[in-house]
Amino acid sequence: MSVPILRRGELLIATIQSALSDHGILELRDELVARVGQFRSRGIVIDVTALDVVDSFVARSLRTIALTARLRGAETVIVGIQPEVAIALVQLQLDLQPLRTALDLDEALQLLRRRTAKRNGDRG
Amino acid sequence: MEAIQADTAQRRSDAPAIDSALLRELVAYLRQERAALREEWASRITDAHLLGVMAPDEIFSETMAVYDTYVDALETGSVEALQAYARDLSERIIPRGVETHEVLGIVLLLRDVLARSLFVRYESDPALLARVLDSYEPAANRIAVTVGVSFVDERERVIREQQAAIRELSTPVLQVRDGLLILPIIGGLDTGRARQLTEQLLASVQALRAKVVVIDITGVATIDLTVANHLVQTIKATRLMGATAIITGLSSEIAQTLVDFGVDVSMIRSVGDLQGGLEYAERLLEHTVPLDDDEASLAG
Amino acid sequence: MAIEAEHHISITSDDDIVPARAEGRALAEQLGFSRIDATLIATAISEIARNILVYAGTGDVVLESRHESGRCGVSVVAHDSGPGICDIDAAMKEGFATGDGLGLGLPGARRLMDEFSIDSAPGQGTTVSMVKWRVRDDLERLRSSRNGRGR
Repeated sequence: MSVPILRRGELLIATIQSALSDHGILELRDELVARVGQFRSRGIVIDVTALDVVDSFVARSLRTIALTARLRGAETVIVGIQPEVAIALVQLQLDLQPLRTALDLDEALQLLRRRTAKRNGDRG
Repeated sequence: MEAIQADTAQRRSDAPAIDSALLRELVAYLRQERAALREEWASRITDAHLLGVMAPDEIFSETMAVYDTYVDALETGSVEALQAYARDLSERIIPRGVETHEVLGIVLLLRDVLARSLFVRYESDPALLARVLDSYEPAANRIAVTVGVSFVDERERVIREQQAAIRELSTPVLQVRDGLLILPIIGGLDTGRARQLTEQLLASVQALRAKVVVIDITGVATIDLTVANHLVQTIKATRLMGATAIITGLSSEIAQTLVDFGVDVSMIRSVGDLQGGLEYAERLLEHTVPLDDDEASLAG
Repeated sequence: MAIEAEHHISITSDDDIVPARAEGRALAEQLGFSRIDATLIATAISEIARNILVYAGTGDVVLESRHESGRCGVSVVAHDSGPGICDIDAAMKEGFATGDGLGLGLPGARRLMDEFSIDSAPGQGTTVSMVKWRVRDDLERLRSSRNGRGR
């Protein structure tokens, strides 16, 4: 039941393929955090298209991934949130900062590029 | 009739047998008198101004078919054939505009025409007449109910199909250009409609890969608290799907209402009118203005 | 078409959460709930099922369909024999939104459902009852009342 994680340059792309149990998502969290450190990745994209339910536990776990990854220099973007999942998350009134979202992988890459450019610009 | 009268002594214990034998006789009689009774029924239909949308020869052939199916149903006690016929008939006449009261009306007229003829035939023997009616009435009433219900079922099915088609055809969400959608909202908003619009908007964002959505509420006069919260939720959900929502046409009345309600207005990116909103959207798409992803995401 | 009266689901490990909410979704869709509402119900089930696991270790969830003349609904009752909640008000407050610790799933479930109540006391376990309703349109009401008479 583990989630496949692809490495693409400075990016890690994790595609969740079916409903995850709790230990599955914790496993994903640990994997991603380890690999960010190992490969010095700058960005993580987590695809949740296949999830028909994202509850508070999953949402918070994703947020934890984002926070921890940021400490190690990587930005996280969630893609593929389904319409009804988006409505449920809003209704749950969760604070998901600093999670970023995008429609799909292409949008996520654009977003990450913009943020990297901005960061480089700030440094310069 | 002699055979039935001879069984008087066994009546109670053989009740079903007598009934079915009696019923068979009634049915044979009604078949025999088919032409005359159908004719009488048809003229009663016309007198009552029913089936006005149908031509005389249509009425002739339909009443012939209904009469035969009716008598068959009396004989067998099985209403399946009648149901099937009623559904078939309904499918034909509903698009013609035949109303429920007409369908019930003609079935009841047939019931009456046949009952009257049975009266005339058996009135000389009141005891027998009573048994005739005991056999006939439940069967006839079951038929009336069956036909009525089948008709109404068919009407409902047609109405639902039409509603679904209308919903599919009406696309409130318009794609202005690549990545830009407009949702113009006109008229009153209730929770049901608001929820439906949200669904369609989010589905469109996903299907058309929109980056910016302009929700124009110029045509909305007032909103209540539930709908206001709904609007904010829609904006947040749109953002979760990776798009930015802009509100245009927010009147000062509604703005005041929102503030009074204590609605979280920090979420609302509002631009004066639709034209201004579209220009702003263009700038967003060209990244000359920051998109929502650079701002705080949905704080509770 | 008969809809099963009650679905009884045991919650003993986190592998039980996904099937529990899948059953909730299926029941909701059977009753004609929209995809969105079915998702809200499934999410609420997920929240309280996890709540059982975290605070009591085991428990069960009972799903039921409810029928009234103007509406129909999905009822979800979660029960455990855990330690019970000392202060229900405190339990329902935030800590959930900011994600401090695990937070209880209860405030979240309440936001997703129409009716929500908790029955709990220290040492007496916890029962959470919630319902989500769907208003039936005129045609549905006509059909069902007719079916009632037909029987």
